Amino acid sequence: MANSNAKTAFLAGALAVSMVGVGFAAVPLYRLFCQVTGFGGTTMRVDAAQAATVAATNKSIVIRFDANHRGDLPWEFKPERPTDTVSIGAKDMSIFLAKNLSSESVTGTASFNVTPELAGKYFNKIQCFCFTEQTLKPGEQVRMPVLYYVDPKIMTDPETKDIEEITLSYTFYPVEKPNTVDPQANGS
Amino acid sequence: MTTIAATGTDLHAHDHHDADHKPSFFARWFMSTNHKDIGTLYLIFAIFAGIVGGAISGLMRLELAAPGIQYLQGWASMMAGKEASLDEAYHMWNVLITAHGLIMVFFMVMPAIIGGFGNWFIPLMIGAPDMAFPRMNNVSFWLTVVAFIMLLGSSFVPGGTGLGAGTGWTVYAPLSTSGSVGPAVDMAIFSLHLAGAASILGAINFITTIFNMRAPGMTLHKMPLFVWSVLVTAFLLLLALPVLAAAITMLLVDRNFGGAFFDASAGGDPVLYQHLFWFFGHPEVYIMILPGFGIISQIVATFSRKPVFGYLGMAYAMVAIGVVGFVVWAHHMFTTGMSVDMKMYFTAATMVIAVPTGIKIFSWIATMWGGSVSFKTPMVWAMGFIFMFTVGGVTGVVLANGGLDDNLHDTYYVVAHFHYVLSLGAVFSLFAGFYYWFGKMSGRHLNEFLGHLHFWVFFVGVNVLFFPMHFLGNSGMPRRYPDYPEAFAYWNGVASTGYAIMAFGILIFFVNVIWSLVAGRRAEDNYWGEGATTLEWTLTSPPPYHQFETLPVIK
Repeated sequence: MANSNAKTAFLAGALAVSMVGVGFAAVPLYRLFCQVTGFGGTTMRVDAAQAATVAATNKSIVIRFDANHRGDLPWEFKPERPTDTVSIGAKDMSIFLAKNLSSESVTGTASFNVTPELAGKYFNKIQCFCFTEQTLKPGEQVRMPVLYYVDPKIMTDPETKDIEEITLSYTFYPVEKPNTVDPQANGS
Repeated sequence: MTTIAATGTDLHAHDHHDADHKPSFFARWFMSTNHKDIGTLYLIFAIFAGIVGGAISGLMRLELAAPGIQYLQGWASMMAGKEASLDEAYHMWNVLITAHGLIMVFFMVMPAIIGGFGNWFIPLMIGAPDMAFPRMNNVSFWLTVVAFIMLLGSSFVPGGTGLGAGTGWTVYAPLSTSGSVGPAVDMAIFSLHLAGAASILGAINFITTIFNMRAPGMTLHKMPLFVWSVLVTAFLLLLALPVLAAAITMLLVDRNFGGAFFDASAGGDPVLYQHLFWFFGHPEVYIMILPGFGIISQIVATFSRKPVFGYLGMAYAMVAIGVVGFVVWAHHMFTTGMSVDMKMYFTAATMVIAVPTGIKIFSWIATMWGGSVSFKTPMVWAMGFIFMFTVGGVTGVVLANGGLDDNLHDTYYVVAHFHYVLSLGAVFSLFAGFYYWFGKMSGRHLNEFLGHLHFWVFFVGVNVLFFPMHFLGNSGMPRRYPDYPEAFAYWNGVASTGYAIMAFGILIFFVNVIWSLVAGRRAEDNYWGEGATTLEWTLTSPPPYHQFETLPVIK
């Protein structure tokens, strides 16, 4: 009996260990899932060749641009135009402006999202500045382009066909994360 | 449930005096490998943790008894040893709700229902001499104690705005990562790691014991339902807890080693944490209630003097609840921006769970139907359980609706719901089991009158405490706030009164236990009579230190 006990315990233990593995495997799987399905407003990346195959339609949609940054990043960050009205399927370029207001060089990186989140899988970006590090010298201003189009399939998906406005939002974060997790830095 | 006729002339004849040789006090209680002693240790530990967790909820109800902040700042100052700011007082509130949740889940309900009753009665009910791995059993218990000390200790070290971990029991990022600077949250996470490891070891132990150590003739389909419930629970533990361990390890990495699993600024996603947490968290609620189902099945059958109605249906209903419980987790996250299709799936899947649960409620009632029911204390607790759990189940079906949940999410309606299924469900099953088995465990009868009095005072108390929370939630009072507008004052006042009534009921319980331990009537072997058919009733009360040296044979 001792032998079969060890066997059962080993199998049960192996099950537990494999579930730890499943827990960690969830991280890349979730990312993959978001990229494939546009879950949670994840936008799609396409290359220029793919983009060339899409034809513009005569239905238009409003794209609203939102730019914000975390409080401890001394930048001014805004879209050049707050909205664009584009034909679905047509490529459009929008410009975001970032300016360093401080007297030091600061590096930032941006994350992005679209709302309604369901529109994520039809919002295709050909070129953008997400997750690339951007260093601005004191007072320097840069123009950052985003090249995108809205996939015409958005008009046939029952969950998204009523969407008339999509908001593309960028958030800039400082790259040296100042003391978010350092206990010594906290006075209390 | 099968009526078990144990063969052999008189089982007591096998328990010659060697079986009762006990080690010295220290070796017996601190190095224990005996399943009954470890079960007792777990029960004592759970009662202690329950007092701590219950006292914390008393502090919360005191503060919530009237609008405004009355006591919080004073308590925060007391903890910090200096004048606390209002923000530190608010943090103190977060620490209280976090501690109450974690203590009640991990250090009261689980140790009592799995560690306590599971350890005591699984080997007895399947006719085994002990658990499969007695030393591992000891490790499980003491890991739980260390985990509890770790969690209590975390309230004395900085956790961001003030002392202690104020993240809620869910430990959501980013509040638990960049939002809570200081060692308190690390300690709380480490405490969860230890408690989780203890439970996983315990689960392995139960699975091995139940699969390999059943007495000859006891097939899986002849096992008492409490054994079935613990078997299903052990599998849930084995599948769910490692995912929590992975998720909170990622929190530690994000906090201390510059990781970005849940940090949106570096490409992580805080919603992923919620998915991982609830993949564990939803099965966790079944981990807390399934053994309660098992206990209630034993009790209802005993006091109706009938085998339980639809034994196989009852057993496989628990299996079904366990399986479906793993694919409904995102109903805790309806407000994170899911598509309508996903909401529909999680709504429908969640409601499916009402079917096996309904089978159980139906079968308990069908067991009582036409039975010769005697209203002894355990039975009134069991009937209280069935009633209260059904109320909590109904509000659960309401909350399962993705559309309704947009409105009710994080309101007191949710608080009312989960306290009806846990604080009134799981806790009622714990008290039912305690009254049912106390004589078997201690060899002394509890007082019937005090038991009934405890039941009625407690029953009125918890209902006055939790029922008004439905109204508060429907009117939009959010959970996790120490203060509220004047409009919510009336029902909050009522709820706090209910707490006082409930606390008085608990006092009766302790009087009963202490009185019975000292002067209670000696318990016979099978003091519930012919309805009690499982193997523990063939032994003396309390059972010999080592039982079943000759295995009973089940026909």
